[in-house]
Order: sequence, then structure tokens, then C-alpha cells
Amino acid sequence: MAPVLEVSGLSTVFHTRRGLVRAVQDVSFSVNAGETLAIVGESGCGKTITALSLMRLIPQPPGEIVSGSVKVDGTDLLKLSEPEMRKMRGSKIAMIFQEPMTALNPLMTVGKQIAEMVMLHDGASKQVARDRAVEMLHHVRIPEPARRAREYPHQMSGGMRQRAMIAMALACKPKVLVADEPTTALDVTIQAQILDLIGDLQKEFGTAVVLITHDLGVVAEVAQRVVVMYAGRKVEEAAVGDLFAHPLHPYPRGLLGSIPRVGSARGLDVSPDERLREITGMVPALNDLPPGCAFAPRCSLADAKCHAQVPPFELKQPDHFAACWQA
Amino acid sequence: MLTYLIRRLLLMIVTLFGVSVAIFLLLRIVPGNIADILFDSAGMIDPSEKQKIIADLGLDLPLPLQYWSWLNGVLHGELGFSYVSEKPVIDEILPRIPITARLAGLALVFAICAGVPLGVISAVKQNTKLDYALRVLSLSGLSMPSFWLGLLILMACVRWFGTIPIYDRAPASIWAWIAMLAIPAASVGFRSSALIMRLTRSSMLEILRQDFVRTAKSKGLSDNAVTYDHALRNALLPVITTIGVETAFLMGGLIVTETVFNIPGVARFLVEAIRWRDYPMVQNLVMFIAIVVVTVNLIVDLLYMLVDPRIRYSE
Repeated sequence: MAPVLEVSGLSTVFHTRRGLVRAVQDVSFSVNAGETLAIVGESGCGKTITALSLMRLIPQPPGEIVSGSVKVDGTDLLKLSEPEMRKMRGSKIAMIFQEPMTALNPLMTVGKQIAEMVMLHDGASKQVARDRAVEMLHHVRIPEPARRAREYPHQMSGGMRQRAMIAMALACKPKVLVADEPTTALDVTIQAQILDLIGDLQKEFGTAVVLITHDLGVVAEVAQRVVVMYAGRKVEEAAVGDLFAHPLHPYPRGLLGSIPRVGSARGLDVSPDERLREITGMVPALNDLPPGCAFAPRCSLADAKCHAQVPPFELKQPDHFAACWQA
Repeated sequence: MLTYLIRRLLLMIVTLFGVSVAIFLLLRIVPGNIADILFDSAGMIDPSEKQKIIADLGLDLPLPLQYWSWLNGVLHGELGFSYVSEKPVIDEILPRIPITARLAGLALVFAICAGVPLGVISAVKQNTKLDYALRVLSLSGLSMPSFWLGLLILMACVRWFGTIPIYDRAPASIWAWIAMLAIPAASVGFRSSALIMRLTRSSMLEILRQDFVRTAKSKGLSDNAVTYDHALRNALLPVITTIGVETAFLMGGLIVTETVFNIPGVARFLVEAIRWRDYPMVQNLVMFIAIVVVTVNLIVDLLYMLVDPRIRYSE
């Protein structure tokens, strides 16, 4: 099966007064239909910029996608003109944002915000689009969808708004759904519901999902593959089970070591009485990256080579990639 | 909703009562009364005559009594007589109101029609040459007094076209009205348009950074749809407030503009009345203006509800 989304060599920079900020460098991945790929990393590691680059929603200037390709069903989005790209947004590749509170227009009914897009992409009449909006709200399990469609975002709870957001993103049955921290702003119970919902709809529509998150619990739950990013680069990529069982790069190892566990910890040398381990040091500034591995200053295994040369991203074990001199 | 309206109307009455006390007292604090001015200008020096005028007009009565008799008159629909023309105040004001109302309305229309679109353009084209030019234009609009601008326009028209429409009799058609009042309206509305433009610009810039604008873009909407359907309506909320406040400010500008362009409206008439210490005239005119301003503010508050579904005035 050919992947629906193929990203290769994607690099995005920001031209700022304090110099060139390399937010995303040489990021590649691919996602099959119905598959979920998680991109994890801490704040500022470039995961949201990657997501926005896929949608070509990087504010330009100061941002610029300098190289790479983003192929959806074989069409390279980065080569399209802006009007052509507009036709793709929403219809072939859609996005869900982190903040359900502010991501919807407060002055427009939820139904209209969904219908507006259906009219635009499917050329549907007002009535048909409105019916589709209600149908989508029903799909995301919002009770009384016909009434809710006539309501404004402020009349809904956060979880319900995120459902409406999902209804909107999936209204035109896109091939690819980019979900940027879709559950971060929600209560834990609502989080699980929303993740289930995305999973169910994904199965139903065969959507390829790119899930951006910093929550490894979420990753374990819903993703099949994981890409770990650090300081704008991919540092590791593997199937979820593989990565959780044998992380190769010291950064994801550190990340996994910083998760509190209930009971005994198998596979990882965390004993119950031991303190949670943290990764010491700070993320380097993206406009002032070290010459070698960006993680080297915080890494206990780093040697002279790590500080001098950027490690290549290569196959280390079957279907398990990492960028590390020590792995 | 009804409770809110009733409360607002009661509040309006309290405000208007305050205005009436303030204008009454301010007028009495200003030195001199109509008798002094008549005597100074006519050179009459017989003090008994002066006392007779003062007594006739009731200006020797205690202030609370004077105030009460004015208020009582107003509440019964009797506005009294002008000291100067000795005609009923209502007959003096009524014919002048439409002139000023048209001028003010036209100025407001100009201010909004120029201010809002230019503000949007300025925001969308932020930090381009066009944006800088528009910002300079609006800054000059804010810093230029309208009487000076009026004089400049007057001089320029006469210099280049040899003439300018002068108000001699009431224009026959609505187009004649507009042609007659366009230049004065633009000169008085320029300031408001500059303010509205700056506010629209900053409000738009803030809204364009909001998450829902990004959502709208992610849906594949065109730039125009994003700017006008999604951003502009949100950006207009603070602008509507300003338009309400500007209506009050407009009155100040009108006084000078009517004088510069020789338009026989209420605003210029008010200045005349103040000069003559024509108490009934001034008091009633100011009350009329206050009613207009308070009403406009009520309309603005009700407009919010129409524009923003989040605003519901509950009891």
C-alpha cells in the first residue's frame, strides 16, 4: 500500500532579528491510510511548526519552508500555487488545533462554520451543507446535533468544541488529518473520549492521522508509529511498541524515564523508591544550535564526536531508526 | 432583556438630570447675563431699567427656583422664550435641527466609510508602504483641528475652482443636500475617520493573530473570506464603541465647522446663544444634544447584542 502522506527532507526556518531560526530540519516520514503516526517532543522542538508546514500555514514572512516535499496522494503540496493549495486545505488535508476555546470563530454558529467549508469544497448548496454539518455533529456524538449546529462556540463546553472542531476537519473526508495536541487543553476523561472518537472516525473514513503531542501516554494508546523530535530534527523513529521497549536515542530514553509508573517497572531500570529522573539542562536555542548533536550538551553518553558532528539518521535495528553516534 | 431596557432608560433619565444641573450651574457661573450684555452693547446706563429687565426675566430669583421653573417647563413641554429674539425656543431650534442632523449624519457616514476599509487595508498590508502612508494620513487627521482643516479646504476650493457651495437657501433634493454638505462633512468627519481607521487597524491586527483565523485558513477559505467573514466582524466590536463616543465629539467639531462654512445649524446657533447668555436657548439646546448622545450610546449597546452573540444583557 502506497502511503497517503509522504514527507521528505522538510526544512522550515524563521528569519528573525536574532538570526535564522531553524525550526524544522530535514524531517521525513510517511503515513498510510488508516494509520496514526505520532510526533513527540517537548515544547519548541518543532513539532507544531512541522504540522503547520504540512498545511502550508507558516506565516510568511518571517517563516519559510526552504526545502523538502509534502506529498498527499502523490501531489507535492509545496509545489502548488496558493489558490491550488487552498483547494487542498480542508478537502485533502485538514487540521485540528490545540485550543478548542479559541480555535472557533466566536461570532459564527458552529453549524455555519462547518457548512461554510462543505459549500466551498464540495460545491454543495446551503441546505445540503447545513444538513451535512448536522450529520457531522451527530457523527462526533454531539447530542441534539440540529440544535447544537445553531449554537455559538461559547455555548459549548471545551470537549464539545473539540468534537465540533473534529466534525469540521472531517466534514470533507480528508485523506490526512493533522491533529496538533488535540487533547492537551482538555480534562483527562474528555481526553480519552476525544482520542477514541478520532480513532473510530479514522477507521470509518480511512484517514491517515498525524498526531502531534508531548504526552507519551497518548502515543502508547493511539499511535502505530512514533517520530521523536528534538531541536527541530528527528532523533528516532520506530513502531510504538518497539520504541517504548527499546528506545535507542538517549533523549527518548530520558523521556521514558521521566514518566511516573504504578508498581514495578519492567524493561526500564526504574525502581519504585527511586526519584523520577529528569533530563538535566535546557533545550538549545534554535538560532544558536551546537555544531554537533543538539542533544549532546544534555547527554551523559556524549563524547568528542557527538559535540563535533551531527549524527546521521539511520537504520539501527530492523524498522527502527535513530540519529545517535552512541546507539 | 426588557428589564435591561427599563434599567437603561432609568439610567438615561438620571444622566440627563445630571446634565441639566451641570449646564444650569455652569451658565450661572459664567460672568454676566443678558442684561449686562444688552447694557454694555447698547450703552444704556439707567440702572433701574436694567433691574427691570432682570426682574422680568426672573434672573433675580434664587437659583433653585430658577432651575425648578425651567425643569418644570421642560417636563410640560414648554421650553420658554429666547431672550434675544423673544420667539419660542422650540420655533428657533426645530428648523435648525435637520440641517445639523444631516451634516452630522453625513460626517459619520464619511468617517465610517473611509475609516473602516482603510483600517482593514492598513492591517492586511501591515508594514508595507501603503500601511505607512495610511498611518501618517490618520495621524495627521487626529492632530489637525477641524476648523483649520475646514479653512484650508475653503481656501483651496476658492483658489483652484474659484468657488465653493455656500449655504444660502435649503437645497431642494437629497443630492443637492449632499453636494452642499459634502465638503464640511468631510472636514468634520476626517478626525473621526482617522480615529476609526487606527482602531480598526489595531483591532484587525489583533484578531488576525487569533487561533480561529488560522482555523479559517486551514479550512481552505480565501484570504478575502478569512479577512471579511471571519476577522472583520470580530474586529468591529471595539470600533462600534468608538463610533458611539465619536458622535458626541462630532458636536464639538460641528460648532466650528458650521461657523467656518456658514451653515445655519444648531451647533453654530448654540455658540451665538452662549455669547448672549440666552439661558433658555442654551439650556434646552444642550439638553437636546445630551438626549441625542445618550440615545446613540443606548443604540450602540443594543448593537453589540446584534453583532456579538456572547453578549446578552440579563437581569
